[in-house]
Amino acid sequence: MPVMYMQAITARYLRLGYQPYRWFAADSPPAWQPLRKPLREARLGLLSTSGAYALGQVAYHYRDDCSIREIPATTPDAELRFSHITENYLVDPRRDPGCIFPSRALRRLVGLGVIGSLADTLLSCMGGVYSQRRVREEVAPAVLEAMRAQEVDAALLVAM
Amino acid sequence: MCHQTVSLVARHLEAHGIATMCLGSAFDILGAGRPPRATFVDYPLGHSAGKPFDVADQDAILAAALSGLEHAPLPGTLLCLPNRWDADGEWQQAAASNEGQDSRQPRDDTPQFQLPADRDAALASGALAGDR
Repeated sequence: MPVMYMQAITARYLRLGYQPYRWFAADSPPAWQPLRKPLREARLGLLSTSGAYALGQVAYHYRDDCSIREIPATTPDAELRFSHITENYLVDPRRDPGCIFPSRALRRLVGLGVIGSLADTLLSCMGGVYSQRRVREEVAPAVLEAMRAQEVDAALLVAM
Repeated sequence: MCHQTVSLVARHLEAHGIATMCLGSAFDILGAGRPPRATFVDYPLGHSAGKPFDVADQDAILAAALSGLEHAPLPGTLLCLPNRWDADGEWQQAAASNEGQDSRQPRDDTPQFQLPADRDAALASGALAGDR
């Protein structure tokens, strides 16, 4: 039985005296874009919401930071860092970025011929943004523009 | 929250012609957000792409999720992977608890570098403007 996070978080906040958070609940079916070519020929982009950044880049802040980072796909793990409002979930990613920013695994899958190629630049954001309006109006268009610049056929979005 | 963000971003990308797969560990939030395609792995938050230092686990999760890009039959498909974090599922009880304090960091609007040296590196690269 999966953990029911919305229920648990709502109950915890209620107990702490916070206003309940109104989670996004889709009221329409999602758009649908079939993959235009086989995965073994497709160019894949990555977005990780873990607040990953590369050494030399600016870390995220924790007040609805809606910016994104463009991280070279070849960045060694030793130069990957994380900043996210729920730092308690970063213990393992900070030891092994592959838990949440799977650039190494994706490079291996390219090597095995499972994926055609990987974007030269991978993306991150700090997914703990409370304003759904700002995710729609700022984060999503920035990710779209960066994915288009990378000419990807498909995108993997890894949630923390 | 991250699962809500990926759902919103995936719906946007897909509407603009990019096929997407979301990979996450919060079944209920993915279900409510209805991204075009999602893969659920029943691991503690922070491990959607696999267990630390477990290459076989990470590769298997990624390969399974990506195969859904080709094979998910319908908009809103949510694939569930069979992977288990541990034998007894004790972590789930802790994660589902509504006890305890607010575990989030303060909503500070200055960059929260993982290591102090990261700030120096960002200053040196010019990504971060120095204080005057």
